[in-house]
Amino acid sequence: MGCETDGVVAALRAAADVVVAHRDELVELDRVIGDGDHGENLRRGFRNFVAAVDRSTPETPAAVFKLLATTLISTVGGAAGPLYGTGFLRAAATIGDAAELTPETTVAALRGALQGVVARGKAEPGDKTMVDALTPAVAAAEAALEAGADLPELLTAAADAAEQGAESTIPLVARKGRASYLGQRSVGHLDPGARSTALLLRAFADVAVKGS
Amino acid sequence: MPAGPVALVVVSHSARLAEGVAELAAQMAPDVPIKPAGGLPDGGIGTDYGAVLAACEQADAGAGVVLLYDLGSARMTAELVVESLAEPDRAVVADGPLVEGAVAAAVAAAGGADLAAVVAAASGAEPGSVAAPAGADGEHTVELELTNDVGLHARPAAVLVRTIAGLDAEVSVRHGEQQADARSVLALLGLAAAKGDRLVVSARGPDAATAVDRISALIRTDFHG
Repeated sequence: MGCETDGVVAALRAAADVVVAHRDELVELDRVIGDGDHGENLRRGFRNFVAAVDRSTPETPAAVFKLLATTLISTVGGAAGPLYGTGFLRAAATIGDAAELTPETTVAALRGALQGVVARGKAEPGDKTMVDALTPAVAAAEAALEAGADLPELLTAAADAAEQGAESTIPLVARKGRASYLGQRSVGHLDPGARSTALLLRAFADVAVKGS
Repeated sequence: MPAGPVALVVVSHSARLAEGVAELAAQMAPDVPIKPAGGLPDGGIGTDYGAVLAACEQADAGAGVVLLYDLGSARMTAELVVESLAEPDRAVVADGPLVEGAVAAAVAAAGGADLAAVVAAASGAEPGSVAAPAGADGEHTVELELTNDVGLHARPAAVLVRTIAGLDAEVSVRHGEQQADARSVLALLGLAAAKGDRLVVSARGPDAATAVDRISALIRTDFHG
């Protein structure tokens, strides 16, 4: 069973709720090793997306992701805007005009998103960024697909791996973004971008599990 | 062919920083379009994709736009804007120190430099490429003492770069062991030449004599030329 446009919109609305609910946590994580705006910026971006989708729902899953991407790019204001924006744009490009997301297209979209984020931010695994959550998530989704997983299982595997990946940023020294100015002082703190990536993937997985 | 000078867009997280950098760079190059694009629409700190896009479209006088940025995420926003322009080839994001880069880029643009040359000026990438030995064939050389109070500081360096703009010559300025391309404000500043220091100006090419004469006149008149 795949995920049609309505399902994608439901997943992104759920993600928006999660971002709003975790706004303070993300602000606090970012305040310690960054500029403290990650939670507020993401909340602004997702609220604008929900308002846009309330006005009119795009016809295909890719069009929904494109709407999210352009909304994040134009309203987030911090690094998360271009990074998530580019990621969701690449995801949309891999999906094309397909009417529903299958496990195969979902993995391709995740892989495209990772490539987009890496191309935009130039971060590598171990730099203490969202790449540290997204890279293992894509690998876990690929492994789940090979093992014959359905969409809820596949997204759950990706979310689990993203959470572990986010936790793995705690002992790292930041080498990209505002936190990199702190050097050794960034050690011991969870990266807010990795945390928000894990939150988004968990929200997608929860919607898929509930809908199955 | 390009209509006006290459334009600059200053992308910053802060509206006031972008405006300040644009103001400072414009002082050196009043005819170059320089647009600040800083801060969020509500006045907060951040970069506004829409504002950067609008600034690029407004600033472009026909010869393209160079975007300068303050911090990493401003660079990402600037890159996204360039990718979304109708003609992405007409805009380039330059890496370099924001303030010095903007001043160097503005002076290069005022001198008629093309897009690639303005980007090079902004990023301080122009090498001190003139390495001809003194007295070589066709080389014009003069040794002068700096007598103005501030030495080869930003404004005098910018005036020097402007005075040889458009001349067909490779021109270098030597201060002790260090040599700088006379078309690069950043390279000239790097000489750290102060009042009383002696400089050797060397030039090669069809306009070499004119270049040396103009720089000599400039230095002898304490850059009031």
